[in-house]
Amino acid sequence: MKHHNYSIIGHRQPAVDAASKATGQAQYTVDIQLPGMLWGKILRSKYPHARILNIDTSKAEKLAGIKAVITHKDTLGKKFGFVRNTADQYPLAVDKVRYIGDEIAAVAAVAEDVAEEALALIRVDYEVLPAVFDPLEAIDPEAPLIHDGQNNISARLAWEFGNVEEGFGESDFVRQDTFYTQPVNHCPLEPHACVASFEPPDHLTVWASTQGVFYLRNQLSRTLDMPISNIRVIRPQVGGAFGGKIELFPFNVCAAILSQKTGKPVKIVCTREEVFTATRCRHPMIIHLKTGVKKDGALVAVQARIILDGGAYNSTGPVATYLAGAFLCLPLKARNIKYEGFRVYTNKPVCGAQRGHAVPQIRFAIESQLDIIAETLGLDPIELHLKNAVQTGDVTLNKQVITSCGFSECLEKIKAQRSPALPEGKGIGFATCAFVSGATYHLFFTTEAFANAIIQANEDGTVSLITGVADIGQGSDTVLAMITAEELGIGVKDIKLITADTDLTPYDWGSGSSRVTYQAGNATKMAAAQVKKLLLEAVSHELDVYPEELVARDGRIFVRDRPEKGISFAEAVSLAQKSTGGEPIIGQGEFQPQEAKVNLQSGEGNTSPAYSFGAQLAQVEIDKELGKVKVTKMVVAHDCGLAINPMAIEGQIEGSIAMGHGQALYEELIQEKGQTLNADFINYRLPTARDVPEVETMLVESVDPGGPYGAKESGEGIIVSTIPAIANAISNATGGRIHSLPLTPEKLLKALEQKTK
Amino acid sequence: MTHQIELIINGEHYELMVKANKTLLELLREDLDLTGTKMGCGTGDCGACTVLLDNRPVNACLVLAVEARGKEIVTIEGLAQGETLHPLQQAFIDHGAVQCGFCTPGMILTAKALLDNNPNPTEPMIRRAIAGNICRCTGYTKIVKAIMAVASR
Repeated sequence: MKHHNYSIIGHRQPAVDAASKATGQAQYTVDIQLPGMLWGKILRSKYPHARILNIDTSKAEKLAGIKAVITHKDTLGKKFGFVRNTADQYPLAVDKVRYIGDEIAAVAAVAEDVAEEALALIRVDYEVLPAVFDPLEAIDPEAPLIHDGQNNISARLAWEFGNVEEGFGESDFVRQDTFYTQPVNHCPLEPHACVASFEPPDHLTVWASTQGVFYLRNQLSRTLDMPISNIRVIRPQVGGAFGGKIELFPFNVCAAILSQKTGKPVKIVCTREEVFTATRCRHPMIIHLKTGVKKDGALVAVQARIILDGGAYNSTGPVATYLAGAFLCLPLKARNIKYEGFRVYTNKPVCGAQRGHAVPQIRFAIESQLDIIAETLGLDPIELHLKNAVQTGDVTLNKQVITSCGFSECLEKIKAQRSPALPEGKGIGFATCAFVSGATYHLFFTTEAFANAIIQANEDGTVSLITGVADIGQGSDTVLAMITAEELGIGVKDIKLITADTDLTPYDWGSGSSRVTYQAGNATKMAAAQVKKLLLEAVSHELDVYPEELVARDGRIFVRDRPEKGISFAEAVSLAQKSTGGEPIIGQGEFQPQEAKVNLQSGEGNTSPAYSFGAQLAQVEIDKELGKVKVTKMVVAHDCGLAINPMAIEGQIEGSIAMGHGQALYEELIQEKGQTLNADFINYRLPTARDVPEVETMLVESVDPGGPYGAKESGEGIIVSTIPAIANAISNATGGRIHSLPLTPEKLLKALEQKTK
Repeated sequence: MTHQIELIINGEHYELMVKANKTLLELLREDLDLTGTKMGCGTGDCGACTVLLDNRPVNACLVLAVEARGKEIVTIEGLAQGETLHPLQQAFIDHGAVQCGFCTPGMILTAKALLDNNPNPTEPMIRRAIAGNICRCTGYTKIVKAIMAVASR
């Protein structure tokens, strides 16, 4: 990799919070202990679909140690949802429950076991209703209705660019398949949790394991009908999220109401079973995919009809439905594209955002089918991708603007890594990805800003970086500290971070859609540049040179051509403050994307200000007798724009591959009549250190013109290509093709059996 | 039913009254404010609550506090010597083995137990040793490298 002559950027930087985490000092929401704090617990539905006839809380209220019991009557009955105009979930069920796990009542008690005991004393009279679990049955007009409305379709998006029928007519080869993906959980190691403390008459403080403090504040404000300025949301350290902590959850609202009722702080920590069944999971999809190509592999037409199994509520459903369609082709170009996506309600746990948000599912289908097509036509799949690869300057059919693209370079790098002949039982698989670097539009249609940062220089030579960004463990605080340090020529250790507190920090959307490095990074760089300008001006007067002649580096501000002539950063701050009569040295920066319009109905619009690209090779070893698959190695080439912290980017890629490995091969929530049967780590297996493959990462730097120092996404894209790379490797090794995730030994043996018939 | 127990935690001697059904994890986190030990599942499946009990790694959520009577416990808070971090802590930081950090305390203590027992383990031995500690963030690559870096010293 190039080194660009930066002193901080591009160097391997240990995370700014790693020491506090490695010594046990870091405080997470679950660690918060306040005087008089009560434990909250949630009573959940045991039926997948039922009318609530009566809730009797009298016995629970009499239990010693119980301080409050609440039902929907204690709420304002306001619906909430990730996308404002499709809000459909109540904090506590009003008349109906729609899945096993739906919230009915909440209690606050002096101890956790007392709260649990109280739940058992609440009597709920249900009228059990017919339930529907299969999305194909739910879509039937005769199916039991889960919400008020005409049918169980929670979102439908459809569009066509070009004319696919003509495209299929022009094609030399047309292939049609149906693919299926499974529900999986994020499994952050820290369970979802919050502490709410209501201070009379009207102020609420919430500590939450969340991906975005301002988004949570906004949602709490609407659900509790409180002004945003009366609510303070603070993010302590977050023990992993992966998209699963991006939303408001009923337990957040319940904790707030319980605190108001009792006058005490209330803590609610989800059990692992609740995390599995009553937070969110990845949307399972049924993907009907038809692709037409020329003999030489040129993509002519792609048509996809997708049914997303949404579970009981909307959550991020409309966004997931959009993204699945928006990423139908990227990183490849097709001349004609048609998309129809239905998101369907079922009486099952709710599906929402998860690392890659709807793109891994669609890419599993497309990359599997392209592999089939390449094999059928005798083409090299990498050459097929090179032929159709998107390039810098392209605008896709749905108006995604490609400002920088190292995709072809990724493909060439991967091609060079491919080993020629493989022995029996071994195989390699190839797949690609593209992903957003944040959104260009507000998913929830609010008027808030995107990203802001304030930097104040201190006369001891340090600076305070103040931003609403919520690091969820991916290392975004470190990236922002590196940007600040690079711009001001000081060390990362000199940056004091004040983050993710709605009362103290300026607005930031949070950690979602892989946006922080690009968007908050730009805001931070702008704020630092302002501080630098103030300092250089003051120093230029002192040294009698022009500001343009000065350089800030290694803790000093000095004349470029005479490095000995200069002063320390700390002296420069004092000097600047003196010269302005004591004004603080403050810079502020913001980021707003250029194009703010994506039309969900037409499918047109630039999803993101910049796109990442990647390609990877999976190597597998197969035991054909048992159908067992061992992924031995993963080689990745990823265009991240510019690697601000290469060590953190490797960490994101290695983490994406481990998660993708589990979701490709064995992770699956087993649901039977709406009941999750494996809501624990023994029966829902996660990859361990013994399962994951060796990873070799090659970074491609396309230097995006809009990214800070050229940086783009790195946290999500690679899970997208991991899953199909493994699927294609299995097929390469055995000749067996599996159309549904996870790729279990049972399915592989079945596929091999069919092949030999 | 309450019991009096004596035990040593991070080198300090404690005499405590504990309920019979209190777990070692609850004792550490709630009574002694040693919140560096985490709870990821409460059923002994994830390893986030790993502490050393007489130098052996255990899931503190599966050990009753009364079972720790007379034993020596080491938690993550007991590893550093003043300002000087334990070599494993420093290696985890330097190698980028810490992301969200929720598995980190348990992971480091499991690794410590391994290296105390066998200062020169092979990579497969390291992977086997930490197979009971789940990490969802890192893919384990940098964790294994950090442990190997300390092992090879």
